[in-house]
Amino acid sequence: MVDKQLMRGNEAIAESAIRAGCRNYFAYPITPQAELLQWMAVHMPEAEGGTFLQAESEIGAINMVYGAASAGERTMTSSSSPGVSLKQEGISYLAGADLPAVVVNIMRGGPGLGNIQPAQGDYFQATKGGGHGDYRIITLAPSTVPEASRLTYDAFDLADAYRTPVMILADGMIGQMMEPVELPERKPPEEIPPKPWATTGAKGREGNVIKSFALGGENLKAMNVARFERYEKIEEKEVRYEEVNTDNPDIILAAFGTVARIVKSTIRLAEEEGLEIGLFRPVTVWPFPAARLNELSAEVDTVLTVEMNAGQMVEDVKLAVRPETETPFYGEVGGVVPTPGNILEEVKKYV
Amino acid sequence: MSDKVTSVKKKDMTKVVGRPDSMNDTQFSYCPGCHHGIINRLIGEAIDELGIQEETIGTAPVGCSVFLYKWFDIDVVQPPHGRVSAVATGIKRAKPKKTVFAYQGDGDFASIGTNNSVHAANRGENITVFFINNTLYGMTGGEMAPTTLIGQKTTTTPGGRKAKDFGYPIKMSEMLARLDGPTYITRQAVYDVPRIKSAKRAIVKGFKNQIEEKGYSLIEILSACPINWGLDPVEAVERIKSEVETVYPLGDIIDRG
Amino acid sequence: MLRGQVDVDSERCKGCGLCIDACPKDVLDFSGDFNSDGYNYVEFANPEECVGCGFCGMVCPDMALTVYSFEEEEVS
Repeated sequence: MVDKQLMRGNEAIAESAIRAGCRNYFAYPITPQAELLQWMAVHMPEAEGGTFLQAESEIGAINMVYGAASAGERTMTSSSSPGVSLKQEGISYLAGADLPAVVVNIMRGGPGLGNIQPAQGDYFQATKGGGHGDYRIITLAPSTVPEASRLTYDAFDLADAYRTPVMILADGMIGQMMEPVELPERKPPEEIPPKPWATTGAKGREGNVIKSFALGGENLKAMNVARFERYEKIEEKEVRYEEVNTDNPDIILAAFGTVARIVKSTIRLAEEEGLEIGLFRPVTVWPFPAARLNELSAEVDTVLTVEMNAGQMVEDVKLAVRPETETPFYGEVGGVVPTPGNILEEVKKYV
Repeated sequence: MSDKVTSVKKKDMTKVVGRPDSMNDTQFSYCPGCHHGIINRLIGEAIDELGIQEETIGTAPVGCSVFLYKWFDIDVVQPPHGRVSAVATGIKRAKPKKTVFAYQGDGDFASIGTNNSVHAANRGENITVFFINNTLYGMTGGEMAPTTLIGQKTTTTPGGRKAKDFGYPIKMSEMLARLDGPTYITRQAVYDVPRIKSAKRAIVKGFKNQIEEKGYSLIEILSACPINWGLDPVEAVERIKSEVETVYPLGDIIDRG
Repeated sequence: MLRGQVDVDSERCKGCGLCIDACPKDVLDFSGDFNSDGYNYVEFANPEECVGCGFCGMVCPDMALTVYSFEEEEVS
């Protein structure tokens, strides 16, 4: 029986986390993520062993996640841009202590209080490390509600596999929009990998210690080097992207999340005018799919990056493409969402 | 008297005090005369007596107690500074049957961690919180803490703390006792044997409350910091009695267990 | 008669003197010698006075003292 429901992005993410075996959810109210919190308030306690707790602040929430993750449990928090800023210290500590966890950011207009419209202004924060120290976090950027569901479900496996925090980088539109979603089956508990390193009470074994700290004799460098070796494996194996109409287009547009979805409409619009637009959509914005983008950049003169920010992913695009490739940028800021018409108008400047 | 006795046989030697089983022989990194070491041992003794070594998860952040994980043979999680109550909450909610304790200094508990401390108490979180109050930041070199007394010199109140500049010594235990959430809040000290015995009872009670699911226990323990107080260990004890206790009186504040 | 014995771990002792202050029988005293960290550690100076009360071990911040009590049986 296919479990297909009409759901908001926020709710699909919440339900998919529960089905992925997440049994510990801690968060704080913030628009446009609130429905995720509210879904968890109702449905997490229904899940066997499920814990829902609204924390005193986003800082409280990320640290409750740190605690649950230390105890070896699948755990998640969610918030929106300003709240995710408050979680950066906690995320750095999760990375530094090699703790698996899922953090959802339903981005909104910024900086500061900004507004509650969709935006993509937290790309740098998510992919370049918003907290202190050398670390990266796998960052998955859905562009539809069904994809948000799938990526959330996968995020827990990735977090466990590489002992790292994983971020779902969505935005207010994806969070608030309703679409039919085929929800994943519940992951049987026995399929969740065991965590011998977790602090569950030192019964019949040495005491486990969860820490990101190493002074003097203990070797912080070794901890970092080992972590970066894992990051290399992630870059090798976990890159995800989507391509649309990229065999011999006139121009390629690089976009992620909601904007990529709007580009798909722009492609149809352009075809009516005999213009072939290709879309390159990173799904993992870290690890960034640079290799494939480099190959594609050989087939066009221009890769136009389109974002709902002042130009962030465009820097990764510039790093990835060939030197001779033109890399212009078109961005909407302050929570403004570009229309297909806006984008087509921009494209015409370069073809 | 001893020259008359040809030889002495020691019969049924019993250990009166020493290293608890739940602790190993790693040397403490605390300064000479610091009461953290006494408090750590009392916690180890309580864990032994309650037989919970294999069930206990400790949380201790950066601060003088940052190496707590080295000398306890239990599972330990190191939270970010100030976030202990939230991390402890996360562990306890994930593993409700385990015994979770938080071990925090006054800077951690009463300054950066106030938000988390207050709300864990208000939720009546079923954890045991040890709040070590030495009226300043020890590890970083003796700066003022919210618990620094009026007139007390620290490296950030060189002329002595003035209320109009930096406010008054905060009374977290009395504050949290106003909430309905907590079950047991007490303030203890470990500067002499009677106080140590009383503190030991409070620590055991704090663990028992958790084991019996009676809810949130806060054990504030006044502690000497000779090096940053500029006193020798014995003088530091006198300071607790003559000064600190006048602002932070000892005794149970609430006991709803 | 109840007697006591205090084993001093001279390497753990930091010469803080709290045990000397707490002992009701003046059993412990500074050794005048220094451990590898340079601390003037204490020693079990007057064993015959010790009644094994354990006060010293209780106030010791470093678990440097292990205190035993025992019955003394005179064997001629």
